[in-house]
Amino acid sequence: MSTTTGTTGTHDTGPADIYATSGADAAASEGAHVFNSTGGDWDQLVDEAAALHEERIVVNMGPQHPSTHGVLRLILEIDGETVTETRAGIGYLHTGIEKNMEFRTWTQGVTFCTRMDYLAPLFNEAAYCLSVEKLLGITDQIPERASVIRVLMMELNRIGSHLVALATGGMEMGATTVMTVGFRERERILSILEMVTGLRMNHAFIRPGGVAQDLPPGAIDKVRDTIPLLRRGLHELELLLVENPILKGRTVDVGYLDLSGCMALGITGPILRSTGLPHDLRKLDPYCGYETYDFEVITRTEADAYSRLRIRIDEMYESLKIAEQAIDRLASTPGPVMVEDKKIAWPAQLAIGGDGMGNSLDHIREIMGTSMESLIHHFKLVTEGFRVPPGQAYAAVESPKGELGCHAVSDGGTRPYRVHFREPSFNNLQATAAMCEGSQIADVIVAVASIDPVMGGVDR
Amino acid sequence: MSDAKDPQHDAKQGAEGAEKDPTQATANSDVLGNKAAAAAADKGNAVEDPAPVVAGPTTGTQPGSVTDRETGERLPAAPGTTPDPVVVGERRGMFGARDTGDTTGYGGMVSPILFPAAAVRPYGSFFDEVADQLERSLVGGTASYAEAVERVVVDRGEMTLFVRREHLRAVARVLRDDPALRFEICTGVSGVHYPQEEGRELHAVYHFLSITHGGRRVRVEVTAPDSDPHIPSIVETYPANDWHERETWDMFGIEFDGHPALTRILMPDDWPGHPQRKDYPLGGIPVEYKGATVPPPDQRRSYN
Repeated sequence: MSTTTGTTGTHDTGPADIYATSGADAAASEGAHVFNSTGGDWDQLVDEAAALHEERIVVNMGPQHPSTHGVLRLILEIDGETVTETRAGIGYLHTGIEKNMEFRTWTQGVTFCTRMDYLAPLFNEAAYCLSVEKLLGITDQIPERASVIRVLMMELNRIGSHLVALATGGMEMGATTVMTVGFRERERILSILEMVTGLRMNHAFIRPGGVAQDLPPGAIDKVRDTIPLLRRGLHELELLLVENPILKGRTVDVGYLDLSGCMALGITGPILRSTGLPHDLRKLDPYCGYETYDFEVITRTEADAYSRLRIRIDEMYESLKIAEQAIDRLASTPGPVMVEDKKIAWPAQLAIGGDGMGNSLDHIREIMGTSMESLIHHFKLVTEGFRVPPGQAYAAVESPKGELGCHAVSDGGTRPYRVHFREPSFNNLQATAAMCEGSQIADVIVAVASIDPVMGGVDR
Repeated sequence: MSDAKDPQHDAKQGAEGAEKDPTQATANSDVLGNKAAAAAADKGNAVEDPAPVVAGPTTGTQPGSVTDRETGERLPAAPGTTPDPVVVGERRGMFGARDTGDTTGYGGMVSPILFPAAAVRPYGSFFDEVADQLERSLVGGTASYAEAVERVVVDRGEMTLFVRREHLRAVARVLRDDPALRFEICTGVSGVHYPQEEGRELHAVYHFLSITHGGRRVRVEVTAPDSDPHIPSIVETYPANDWHERETWDMFGIEFDGHPALTRILMPDDWPGHPQRKDYPLGGIPVEYKGATVPPPDQRRSYN
């Protein structure tokens, strides 16, 4: 933690033509305003503070700090232990995923977007694929089995994400047992995801048109066996947290943000539901057949960090309910997991070998041995990809953090013209100031943990 | 956060809020002037009109007829007409290479990129209701519906309102405050750069969600020319757009006038240029093998 005292603030004001040094922007900055990361006109701010002869203490919390949920930089202005002003500095994990996707085929885009919110990769993939499917006009042709598998995987992933939210949140408050229990339970989920997709995270499993492959043998049994274990683990977590006086002392009435605040700041997810509004895209605007599952939208009315924590716990139980319904359905829903259109169904059937990787021997035998056309088709589909009719589409899913939207634009080519993600973490992080100002420094940690931002998603 | 009032309870605010303050009015007139100048420049030497219309997908890039333009082909299409798709650019060849790299013989192939045409009434779904209500609510404000909305596109079950930038604030106000519209949440703004659309290269695309009306969504698209990349900020109506507009400024260089602190958010402060623009130079990988270098991704030969 670095501390700056005096009237200088965290940033030097710098020369007015800071952009001019970079050449390319010199023309643009000529006569224009100069915008610095922390906003506002620091000159003015410094002059004002100097005139008041007040001591201002500005603390940089992060971007490298064990309690800031990744590379989040919080710029706190403090008066003793009280936080008088909060700003969040982001961008330390910006990797240009959206730009990169413009230079890959539509199918390869999945591999990039899955890395955004790395705790909820399947939601990133689902949002992207739903928007691409909308662009292609094949939303109705997605096989039932593919949708059920998507729902199953997303709900398991939701539990995994919420578990990390609780585990890291607990750790930031000093409750290491919460952390170990949370990560232990998440491990069960990662093990299922690994069995199904081959990877523990960054799955690239949901593809435009369906999912990459069907569940491997034994996967349904494994999910069936794991659900009771998860339920027991969640109960353990509940016993640890719910009536814990220390936890309640740290979280009750901390990070308060009421309904009007949430609405103004566009907050969705558990934070919005903690104000009593049962807003859940799975109910409001169902996708992947969510309207056919039986589950409750959990709400509470206290609008504080404690209620968000309780909501996350209860939502995990609801997710287990959905997962159970999904595996029951899978038994009675045979069939393909990819659209029938062979011009889209990329890649051709693959199967996971014992090493977690591999090709379908049958398919290789066909393309290499019996059908030249199949070989050409496979080659064209993998190297060139498919074309998507020009236009734009927006699809949103209810990720563990809130509304995850994907705005995809096609110019009729084999690659996205533009993909933009509306990341719930990015949006929700704007509430930091509203939640923290006026509270103590220790409460900042709790408030940020209750937002549950994942910087991979915030910065993309 | 002074604007953080509950959208559920402020139905009466709409009419007052839609009023323009004097400073904004002058800013707008400036914007208008620039736009007119840009449009004039286009007519002088442009190869294509900002949104030319072709007779059909098969006839190539033949420019739209003058009569079409004079009757305002970007206005919401009249009942009974069949509007044509909008040409936003053209595709050359098949492999992206602009130089001699394409030896396939397809290099000379030119095909227009046609975006969905303006929709014809009835739009279907709840779209007519939204359009009608917007028309009614804009009466008495700073601009009528016909002035504010250039064009309505209904495509893939989604409604897009192309709004003239000087009227964006009024439209956003009405969308939020009118009880029959009540789009409480703006899920951010996404920029798109169409360098081939002269005079309207930069698009800002807003998505609105109404929880009150059961998850209705509407998209608002606003354009600005590269030479005058200004779009009014709607942060005062939708404070949630604060960071989203900063991101769009950072990535596209669209200046959102009236934003409280428009600064870079993802890229470093001193970063030159705006990376998501299509003309942003991409760095090649500095690998050299026998004198050859790896070109940057946008210059490589690849399917496009």
